[in-house]
Amino acid sequence: MTPSHARRARLASVALHATLLVFGALSLIPLLWMASASFMATGEASSFPPPLIPRAPTLEHYRDLFGRLALGRYALNSAIIAATTTILALAINSAAGYAFAKLRFRGRDRTFRILTAGLAIPVQVAMLPLFLLVKSLGLVNTYGGVIVPGLASIFGIFLVRQYALAIPDDLLDAARIDGAGELRVFRSIVLPTIRPILATLALWTFLATWNDFMWPLIVLSDDRKYTLPVALAGLVGEHAQDVELMMAGAVITVLPVLVLFLLLQRYFVEGVTEGSVK
Amino acid sequence: MIDAGAPAGRAPRIAPGWWFVAPALLLIIVFFLAPVIAAIGLSFTDFDLYALADPRAARWIGLRNYARVLHEPVFWQALRNTLYFALVGGPLTVAASLGAALLVNARALRWKSAARTVFFAPFVTTLVAVAIVWRYLYHPRYGLLNWMLGHVGVPPIDWLGNPHWAMPAIIVMATWKNFGYNMLICIAGLQSIPRDLYEAAALDGATPLQRFRHVTIPMLAPTLFFVVIVTMIGYLQLFTEPYVMTQGGPLRATTSLVLYMYEEGFRWWRLGVAAAIAFLLFVLIVAFTMIQRRLSPRSAT
Repeated sequence: MTPSHARRARLASVALHATLLVFGALSLIPLLWMASASFMATGEASSFPPPLIPRAPTLEHYRDLFGRLALGRYALNSAIIAATTTILALAINSAAGYAFAKLRFRGRDRTFRILTAGLAIPVQVAMLPLFLLVKSLGLVNTYGGVIVPGLASIFGIFLVRQYALAIPDDLLDAARIDGAGELRVFRSIVLPTIRPILATLALWTFLATWNDFMWPLIVLSDDRKYTLPVALAGLVGEHAQDVELMMAGAVITVLPVLVLFLLLQRYFVEGVTEGSVK
Repeated sequence: MIDAGAPAGRAPRIAPGWWFVAPALLLIIVFFLAPVIAAIGLSFTDFDLYALADPRAARWIGLRNYARVLHEPVFWQALRNTLYFALVGGPLTVAASLGAALLVNARALRWKSAARTVFFAPFVTTLVAVAIVWRYLYHPRYGLLNWMLGHVGVPPIDWLGNPHWAMPAIIVMATWKNFGYNMLICIAGLQSIPRDLYEAAALDGATPLQRFRHVTIPMLAPTLFFVVIVTMIGYLQLFTEPYVMTQGGPLRATTSLVLYMYEEGFRWWRLGVAAAIAFLLFVLIVAFTMIQRRLSPRSAT
């Protein structure tokens, strides 16, 4: 490489990394500011110029949220609902996804086609009759009312099916010849083979349930049953002026999913690419 | 069909496949497909608060809900707002996704995986929580955004309080939140472009910009098209951002179709009217899906 070439390459690299820094900062600033403001004293964030770092970091808002405002209860509600949904959804969707891929039964392909057509229907269309149904089942304002309608997911079935298609039939037949029943084949051969996609599905289900807002907002009427997002949206109505308090509440809501993402991001990425680029 | 693994000698029985799909199918039929069909029926009734107490109070009123909604200026405003959000926000989000993907995919870039993590992080956050954060970032007096813009001489803007700025503000927030998702799809698309196309172009003396214009863009076009439409369809279901940030205001400038449906159905308990709105939204989404199916070179699934 000639010196001028090397210089051009260096310049390009500097420009590239500068762009990265700007893009990265834009991505992170809202989250960093949220965290920083949550440690500021009451009223500190509402001054000009806006402070970036708390003058004297304090935990008072977190104490306030967990004490007086009982946010711990909402966090527990969210955790129970998200964990239960994830476990049950995993069992239901993996069984169906596997069957659509590997078991032969009459009407299988037609049923699957109808399901995938259903993917195009926005959930909001179902919501009004669904509310009436949940109400008639006595599930309004219960965990069950939030959990049950979201258990079976067409997208989840689709995701598992795509992955399970790659399981060799010989592997399954060998187990059947050895006398294993279908349930046994599923448990001891299929599930271990499709474990990566199950991890992806579990993460996406947990994330979607934890972050969900509209349906819990509709179903939960008693504030003792609220999930974190619903409680937070209610809190901002009363405490809109308490910037620092609201930021602490946002941190508590976001932190669990962010940590989960950082620990297991490999599976998130797989979910996106598996689900879209076929 | 009887499955091959069934023990011989037993009477034909339901194929095990059906047992495996039964729980999922049952749940989907009861809690999704049946309600969707019921929604059509609901939209032809005057189901309201009284009917909620006693369903027999609901009467069949034909197309009157639709006539009523279509004569309501708020509906048209909500439709305009929703289309504004989807038609501007969708392409903007994908443009940001493509920019980030090109950046992360650049060969000379260091810290690739860290960059990808940072860009994807906003996507996993809880929408309600970050919408509240952005409410404060947009504060006319103490918000970080106006402070930063002040450095380049832009006078303070009342982002969420001004009917002209409220929707752009929500679009920017949604772009920030969602671009990381499409970025991953764009990266996968970029990586599937054969290297030798670039090498051939370079041999022909194409500059990097020309290579982007004549190799990357045409090769990536099907992916980009797919991603833009899917993003728009998602954006047509706008609800949480206006609910948390503006309550649909100011002057209804951010009332979306779903927010309008929610207010009619769950605030005023006019479920019949709300079902009609939901169905009109459905028609809109079907139209977008048809465009995607029709124009997409590789048909989905």
